[in-house]
Amino acid sequence: MDPQPEPVSYICGDCGMENTLKPGDVIQCRECGYRILYKKRTRRIIQYEAR
Amino acid sequence: MSKQENKENKKFSIWDLPDVPMGQLPPHLQLQRTRVVCKADAPIHTDTVLYSGAYASMGIDNSLHLDSFRSNFKVEVIRLTKDDMEFDMIGIDAAIANAFRRILISELPTMAIEKVLIANNTSLIQDEVLSHRLGLIPINADPRLFEYLSANDTPNEKNTIVFKLHVHCKPGEPRCTVYSEELKWLPNGSEFIKESEKVDTKPSTYTSFSCSQNSLQNFSSNPISPTEDKIIIAKLGPGQEIELEAHAVKGMGKTHAKWSPVATAWYRMLPEVVLLEEVEDEIAEELKKKCPVKVFDIEDIGKGKKRATVARPRACTLCRECIRGGEEWEKRVALRRVKDHFIFTIESTGAMPPEVLFTEAVKILEDKCERVITELS
Repeated sequence: MDPQPEPVSYICGDCGMENTLKPGDVIQCRECGYRILYKKRTRRIIQYEAR
Repeated sequence: MSKQENKENKKFSIWDLPDVPMGQLPPHLQLQRTRVVCKADAPIHTDTVLYSGAYASMGIDNSLHLDSFRSNFKVEVIRLTKDDMEFDMIGIDAAIANAFRRILISELPTMAIEKVLIANNTSLIQDEVLSHRLGLIPINADPRLFEYLSANDTPNEKNTIVFKLHVHCKPGEPRCTVYSEELKWLPNGSEFIKESEKVDTKPSTYTSFSCSQNSLQNFSSNPISPTEDKIIIAKLGPGQEIELEAHAVKGMGKTHAKWSPVATAWYRMLPEVVLLEEVEDEIAEELKKKCPVKVFDIEDIGKGKKRATVARPRACTLCRECIRGGEEWEKRVALRRVKDHFIFTIESTGAMPPEVLFTEAVKILEDKCERVITELS
């Protein structure tokens, strides 16, 4: 959707450090080198039906 | 007539009468008409006799007249508190009493959270479950001051109440509990900016309030909040956060139970416990002991003799414990219900007081009747 893919931030599964990755980057924490990163929750508002 | 019934109606035998009395129902028919008799296995005569000519052969008109209804109908309030009410409704058909009950549960509107806009939720409880929990919180707002929000409407100050919930458990602190009191009313509407495709347009929120609800007379003195402060919504661990907006709209219990204004509303028929024979001494003691709700008492009748009396028939729950233990018990005690006497209980969720709920229910039934009349004429 967006014209330029903006960098997405991820959370390290080991140290909890926030990492920003661009397409093509190595999936690895800059702080501790851990290779499991979690995507952050969207900042967009999600609407639910209270049922 | 069976042998047993003959014994029950000792004072009456059709053969003793000179003629069939006109204009008066014989006692056994009167009993069938006005009482539900609860036998050990099942109740009998549970239906109401509606046909106007049901007793025509005895010269009795069974039709319902408005005048006689007016003079016989009675309402007696037994208990009335902030959100709980018990009253007796005497002289009404079961169908109408039931109609009131059903209207109370499913057709009286209230306000309840319907849309939940979640900006952030890092707690353990999932977004969907959290929204569902929020929906069930009763809200202290008079639904008569609001309009229904239909599918094409934009949410405005007349049909939507907006609450904000922003809680954060700081890292390093113990787990904290999120209570319903932390839902903060936003009288000016939503604070979340809607993402629009066009960048140059003025930012809009999820509601379009033309004025603050705070400025409306009814709410300035009585701010909107959940009816209870200490309803647990979620629990947060250190570092977890919930940020959301909840939009409450008007609705009815038949759409979803969260809009039901009553915790529940129910009725029972007035119990009538009759001792068919004198119950004395050891049997009286036994009878008193049999009843778990203490319907029976024992009175002294002199000469060291004791007799059982029915002291609190209203407490009877129809457990039939007193007529268990053989046929002789069924001959001693008759458990009946008065067909046109209803003990009505309304438990409000707190949005409106129970007596107001009942009068609103009466109005709704009235509207329905009027609609039928106009459709027929």
